[in-house]
Amino acid sequence: MKEERLTVGMIKNGTVIDRIPKGRALHIMEIIGVSNNYPSTVSVAMNVPSEKLGKKDIVKVEDKELKQDETDKIALIAPEAKINIIRDWKVVQKKDAKLPKEIEGVIKCANPNCATNQNEPIRSRFIVEKDNPIKIRCYFCERPMDEKKIEDAL
Amino acid sequence: MVSNKDLISIRDLSREDIEHILKAAKDIDENPAKYSNLLSGKILATLFFEPSTRTMLSFQSAMSRLGGKTIGFSDSKTTSTAKGETLADTIRMVESYSDIIAIRHPHEGSARLAAEYSKIPVINAGDGTNQHPTQTLLDLYTIKKKLGKIDGLKIALIGDLKYGRTVHSLLNALSKYENVKIKLIAPDTLQMPKEIIEDSKGPEIETGESIDGALKGMDVAYVTRIQKERFPDLEEYESVKGKYRITREMVEAAGKKLMLMHPLPRVDEIEPDVDTLEQAKYFEEAKNGVPIRMAIIAMLLGKIK
Repeated sequence: MKEERLTVGMIKNGTVIDRIPKGRALHIMEIIGVSNNYPSTVSVAMNVPSEKLGKKDIVKVEDKELKQDETDKIALIAPEAKINIIRDWKVVQKKDAKLPKEIEGVIKCANPNCATNQNEPIRSRFIVEKDNPIKIRCYFCERPMDEKKIEDAL
Repeated sequence: MVSNKDLISIRDLSREDIEHILKAAKDIDENPAKYSNLLSGKILATLFFEPSTRTMLSFQSAMSRLGGKTIGFSDSKTTSTAKGETLADTIRMVESYSDIIAIRHPHEGSARLAAEYSKIPVINAGDGTNQHPTQTLLDLYTIKKKLGKIDGLKIALIGDLKYGRTVHSLLNALSKYENVKIKLIAPDTLQMPKEIIEDSKGPEIETGESIDGALKGMDVAYVTRIQKERFPDLEEYESVKGKYRITREMVEAAGKKLMLMHPLPRVDEIEPDVDTLEQAKYFEEAKNGVPIRMAIIAMLLGKIK
């Protein structure tokens, strides 16, 4: 915990996403729509030692409170993530990432021949069939995707 | 399905839905005159982005026998798709020209995508290697018509089980029935995908590579074509193809009880002299495509409850 504080400071207002599996911080930023155009401070810590995960990533975003649908999407690649909403240096809300029944637009279908991977004006959509281990199915081509395929599709 | 707007996948149907469609098809089959003007003034659009003989003709025949008309194409090269039009745009145009759409497309998920954009009912006539639900329904209809039931049957699926969408949908549908025993006979490289077996819980499933003696004791043998284009090596194709050829001797040895099916087109996986045997039911199977498609079209248009 001490080491982590040294790496990434506390934030005044915003969201802290902790317990991200190592190497996935940048994907999480993509999912929550935080890019290099984001106007406030974003701190990213990677490969932070963690008792539970061995190593983990942490993302802290100033001036953005994640909404429920955004935290739900995080669960797709970080099922154990802890999301804290911070106001005036204090944690005012703790949320677990929880998989929704359907996921729209976060990742591409792993099947290159799927209609959603052509030039059609449609977002990908997946039905969540199981959460542990995760199994989702493309709503369109009906191909299932497991954790490995989801990771490859990021 | 009765409550659904579209028919996209066997996965969307319950056993009751399937039975309901088979029952309607039976009535159409037995009393065609009753239905001959049912869809007068209605138009079916057959959008075939990939070639097909049987499926398209049987859709057209089904619509004609219901008193309706058909418009459509069977070669995407002659359409705006060749100019880069999206399927979404094609569908939004076609829905204003017709009352119901039957679509075949080389990309998996296309039929579902079409249904998302279409206000009128969409029938999946084959989407890539994914689903071909009307074929599966006519296969089930053929089995039920001949054997009177589907529960408790022993069914062998033979040939290309990896890429053949008909066998994927069929296995999925059979898993909705009771005590079905299934043998999957295919070369290792063309065996049924693991995820489809996992998805089809229920039947007792046995897999094997050899066709020797595989027909024995079976109620149904469903043979599919081993597709040349799936093999990078022509020599390998020739060797595999030769091993999965159904001969007259094999069928005779399996006994009279056997029912031999094939979604067609057949190349040489069933020898022509098998055709005259009582067990050969594949042409009848193709014929059954008409009443099944009539039932589906009429149901989706709300003319059969």
